[in-house]
Amino acid sequence: MLLHEAHGCPIVAVNIWYHVGSKNETPGHTGFAHLFEHLMFEGSEHHDSGFFQPLQAAGASLNGSTNADRTNYWEVVPASALELALWMESDRMGFLLPALTEQKFLNQRDVVLNERRQNYENRPYGLASMAMLATLFPDDHPYHWTTIGEIEDLKTARVDEAHEFFRRYYHPANASIALAGDFDSESALRLVRAYFEGIAAGPAVDRVARSASLDADRNIYLEDRVELPRLYVAWLTPAMFAAGDAELDLATDLLAHGKTSRLYRRLVYQDRIATDVSASQSSREMSSFVQMSATAAPGHTLPELDRAIAEEVARLSDEGPTDAEIERGRVQAETQFVQRLQTVGGFGGKSDQLNAYNTYLRRPDYFTEDLGRYARVTHDSLRRTVKHYLRDGRRVTMSIVPRGRLDLGMPDSVPVAVS
Amino acid sequence: MSSAASDGVDRSQLPPLRPVPRFTFPKVRKTTLANGLGVWTARHDEVPLTEFLLVLRQGAASDPVGHEGLSAFTTDMLDEGTGSLSALDVSEQLARIGAQLGVDVGADAILVGVSSLTRFAERALHLMADVVVRPSLREDDFERVRRQRLNRLVQLRDMPGAIAERVFMQLLFGDAPYGHTPLGREASIKSITIDDIRGFHQRAFRPGDATLIAVGDSDHEALCRLAESAFGNWIGAQPSGVRDGAALPTPARLNIIARPGAPQSELRIGHVAVSRSTPDYHALVAANMVLGGQYVSRVNLNLRAEKGITYGVRTAFEFRRFPGPFVLSVSVDRAATALAISESMKEISDIRDARPISAPELAIGIAALTRGYAKNFETCDQLARAVAQLALFNLPEDFYSEFVPRIEALSPDEVTQAAARHLDPTRLTTLVVGDVDSTSQEFGRLELGTPELLSPDSI
Repeated sequence: MLLHEAHGCPIVAVNIWYHVGSKNETPGHTGFAHLFEHLMFEGSEHHDSGFFQPLQAAGASLNGSTNADRTNYWEVVPASALELALWMESDRMGFLLPALTEQKFLNQRDVVLNERRQNYENRPYGLASMAMLATLFPDDHPYHWTTIGEIEDLKTARVDEAHEFFRRYYHPANASIALAGDFDSESALRLVRAYFEGIAAGPAVDRVARSASLDADRNIYLEDRVELPRLYVAWLTPAMFAAGDAELDLATDLLAHGKTSRLYRRLVYQDRIATDVSASQSSREMSSFVQMSATAAPGHTLPELDRAIAEEVARLSDEGPTDAEIERGRVQAETQFVQRLQTVGGFGGKSDQLNAYNTYLRRPDYFTEDLGRYARVTHDSLRRTVKHYLRDGRRVTMSIVPRGRLDLGMPDSVPVAVS
Repeated sequence: MSSAASDGVDRSQLPPLRPVPRFTFPKVRKTTLANGLGVWTARHDEVPLTEFLLVLRQGAASDPVGHEGLSAFTTDMLDEGTGSLSALDVSEQLARIGAQLGVDVGADAILVGVSSLTRFAERALHLMADVVVRPSLREDDFERVRRQRLNRLVQLRDMPGAIAERVFMQLLFGDAPYGHTPLGREASIKSITIDDIRGFHQRAFRPGDATLIAVGDSDHEALCRLAESAFGNWIGAQPSGVRDGAALPTPARLNIIARPGAPQSELRIGHVAVSRSTPDYHALVAANMVLGGQYVSRVNLNLRAEKGITYGVRTAFEFRRFPGPFVLSVSVDRAATALAISESMKEISDIRDARPISAPELAIGIAALTRGYAKNFETCDQLARAVAQLALFNLPEDFYSEFVPRIEALSPDEVTQAAARHLDPTRLTTLVVGDVDSTSQEFGRLELGTPELLSPDSI
């Protein structure tokens, strides 16, 4: 339970993290954590109708999201509606099941299937993340599947599994609450105690711990309804907050963030063989991955892009960053931090960040140290990290090509099936 | 409902709504520089950030016929170099101070913004002034940017939502100023020359027609001094008017773009509606909340919560300088396309008379608009964009402070009547981007006449 007073704006953010995500699922039951998040908005025992109605009527904005590692829920309310938000959140934490009917379950399953079609199947390159995760992580690794899940698993999901899931993961022992905004800590704490202390703690949840490694290059392709082929390259990298995580954050930034970045300059600006480039360290609790992608400009092919990217990554791992790049990375990290902290609530605001630190590190006061991780990156630490992790022999290369245009992709790649 | 639960708090009813303190917007202070540039500032002390936002009163609606996309193309060229700095130098200078330069081209305006830590605000503003006032606009950069913009248009062909948006504006407005999106079209982008770009820059980027908004933890005088040092020597051309609207077309009632194999249908339903200056503004904002402006709106409860055929649906009046569109947007399960159209049209029609807006419904809409109003003004960027709206549409100075009382004073009758005045079911045009059989019985029952089959390349 974390409290942060900020009196600039007469609003309060309530933010709850449950330490459960798609990594807690098992093959055959994928997509469940996210489907369950939907059910949390369909009413609880003492308010058995939509979760949105009373909160929106009180002037709240609210939402929730699920990723591989956690599920979060938040409300941003006028300061005078704090109690309402706590009432609602505690009712669904303590009293969801009496209201969780089969009909609600089936309806939300259909909404999720719509979400999947809209955001994955009907979107160009929308299946890339599924194919990439499935190749980076072995079949039984909890990061093998995406959060949205597989169609067949969603279609066969049952309401009694939802009850079981709730009992296992949705209780105080697996949750973290943060409040940020315009309140008085003492009375806020009193309210939180009143609404949440009576909810039974529930069974301890064992941390999922699985390592992953790749000992050979993989080269795959996927045909899609797209005009231009796109290349993806990825490597497994150290977990969130582990040694090397900040280095890879800065490395991918200097490779592909903004027009000054190395890959943009080379592929888009000078050689003009790509329409866009991107690179990021996707930080996760058990194991992260760096993914780079570039879309071929008309008339160009993915092997050209691959060669240019490989050369730039090799140059970075041989020569390291320039001093200006290191300095730039630090200033940008500081600016992004300050910008995120402008808001008390929502995704990425103060309350969300407090819960992230608390859930992953049990260190809600980690703000300054987190920024310190970036300040401590040196020329050598960045170069060594890139050289160690972003090398051949452990790389996944994926071509997404227009249907029937395998000739535009990487040679010797094998088709990958997504479902 | 059961009564009090065992945890000692009263769960037999929700905590009552308590009053929300009256919202007041920060004081906006205004100065005009000798060259005519307005400098409007608002103070925000929460974090050591400063944001500048330059508002120019011409946007995509000012694109000449045949040169659709010119305003956005020109704006895209701004940071491609200035003075002795190349495009990469400009980016490098911005990156070194962690500053973000962003541009936003809408139908009625161009916004150029820069945000940075306050200790870098002066350097950030000078860089912004350099690219806005003295862009190099070189031929070589121009060809590179043109190719990027054409590639972007090619990529949009893959995105059903983007196709729908572009074609729908064309259906509603034809060759009139709002008939294209800021991106323009392949043919028009190909026909634009570097001289067109230079000409547009001269016409549209003028201090007398612009307002610089500044929000941050500094006072008005300090921000004005920065503005004077960065923009004081900007001299602009004489004003030129915004293009007059051409006659609006009468589109078919049902239009289809085939996308074989698409698992979802992307739908747009709407018509040309009303301008920002309408006296019905507040009533329409409230009416839209009830119809399709929030999660608990009529269309979303119908199509998502009840029928489960979409992940979400929304409606919006786009309030612009001249009458803009009213649009319902949704992506639905392919099999439910005709159902989604008929239910959407029914909701739009019913709210006018068959099922007028009820007092409880309006109360929810009003609460959603007013009780959380303060949270729209939490960050520098939100404040700067709010001030930009004041400047762009000549809104009264107390517009934001008066918004809540104006909305709270609305009656259900008033709101229903405003909806009835500005929504016209007989004029609704529907566009489907998807894999549908328009000859099926279901589509026949819609009674929307012979569908017009369009190709995405026909625009």
